[in-house]
Amino acid sequence: MTLKEFWHRLGSPKWFYQMSGRWQSILAALAVLLIVAGMIWGLAFAPPDYQQGNSFRIIYVHVPAAILAQSVYLALGAAGVLLLVWRMKMAQLVLENLVGFGAWMTALALFTGAVWGKPTWGTWWVFDGRTTSTLLLLFLYFGLYALRRAIPAREAAGRACALLAVVGVINIPVIKYSVEWWTTLHQGATFKLTEAPAMPASMWAPLLVNVLGAYCLFAANVVAKLRTAILRQERGAAWVREWALRESTR
Amino acid sequence: MHPKRRSRLMTVVFVLTGAAAAVALMLRAANENLNLFYPPDQIAGGEAPVGVGIRAGGMVLEGSIVRGGDSLDVAFVLTDYQGADFRVAYSGILPDLFREGQGILVRGQLGADGIFQAEEVLAKHDEKYMPPELMPLAEHAAGASGRR
Repeated sequence: MTLKEFWHRLGSPKWFYQMSGRWQSILAALAVLLIVAGMIWGLAFAPPDYQQGNSFRIIYVHVPAAILAQSVYLALGAAGVLLLVWRMKMAQLVLENLVGFGAWMTALALFTGAVWGKPTWGTWWVFDGRTTSTLLLLFLYFGLYALRRAIPAREAAGRACALLAVVGVINIPVIKYSVEWWTTLHQGATFKLTEAPAMPASMWAPLLVNVLGAYCLFAANVVAKLRTAILRQERGAAWVREWALRESTR
Repeated sequence: MHPKRRSRLMTVVFVLTGAAAAVALMLRAANENLNLFYPPDQIAGGEAPVGVGIRAGGMVLEGSIVRGGDSLDVAFVLTDYQGADFRVAYSGILPDLFREGQGILVRGQLGADGIFQAEEVLAKHDEKYMPPELMPLAEHAAGASGRR
C-alpha cells in the first residue's frame, strides 16, 4: 500500500472501522500497561526531590496531562485544516469527538498544577504567562464545544469549529514559550528536544513511561470514539447493516 | 492539487498567518505587562514604580534573613547575584521552600526608602529535580566550579 492509498483509505470511514478494531485493543492494553507501571514507578519507587520532597511526584500526572492537553489541540487543528481544505469526512468526526478528552486533560493539568503549586510556590494560582495561556486553552475547548452546539447544520458547525481550532493553534507556541518569553512563577520545560532533562534517569524514566502511556490513551480514545461515531454516521449504509445483523445473530 | 482545494488551502494559510501576526503584535505591545515580576536590577535601578502594587523577584541572599523575636516579622535581601539587590520586609508565614539561595517572588509595594513591603511571598523553583542523596555531590560540584 502506497502512502497515497493509505491517505485515501484513512478518509474512508468504512475502511477505518474495519481496520481499527485491533488497533483499539492494542492501544488500550498498552495505555493501561504503561500508565499503571509508570504511576507505580513514579509514585512509589522514584526518589523524592531534594527540596520539594514528595510533592514533586505530582509531576508524574501533571506533565503527561499538560502534554496531552496541547497535543489534542494540535490534532484538532490538523483535523481542522483537513476538513476546511480537503472536506475529509474523518476530519469532521475527529473535530466532533476529541474536544471533551482535550478539555478534561487541560482541566487535569490545571488542577494538578494548583495542587502542586500550593505546597511549593505557596499559592494555588497566579496569573503568569504559563498558567494564563493554559487557562485560555481550556476556554478554547469550551468554545469548540459550544460552537458546535450553537449551529444546528452539521456541516456548517464542522467548518466553524475547524476555523476556531486552526486559529486557536496559535496559543500552543505561546503556552510552550511562555516560560522563556516572560518572567513567570512557573519553571521551565521538563523535557526538551535539544538537551537531556535536568534530573537523573531514576526520575525522568518513569515520567517518560507515563507520557508514552498518555499518548497511547489518547490514541485509544480517538479510535474508540471514532468507531462509535462512524457506526452512528453510517447507520444507513449497507456494510453497517450487514455488520449489525452479523453481530446480533452471533 | 485541485485548484479549488489550493484556493481553500491558501485561505486557511492566509487566515492563520493574519491571526498569528495579530497575536504576535499584541503580545509585543503588551510585553512589559506580561512579565510577572520585576527582577532585582530593575528595582535597584529605579525602573519599578514606587507605592504601587507590583511583584518583584530574586534569590534570597545568604546571611541576609533577619527574623523578629516574638513576631512573624522577617526581613531579607533579594539579589540576582550580579550586583543588584533590594531589601524586603514581610510579616506572615513563609512558604516551605523559603531559604537562602532560593528564588522568591514577593507581591507588595516598593517604599520610597527602597524597602519592598511584601504582602505575599511565593517560592519559585526550577525544573532541576534531584534526589536528596545526590545533594552533597551537587554542592561539591558547584563549589569546585565556583558559585555564581
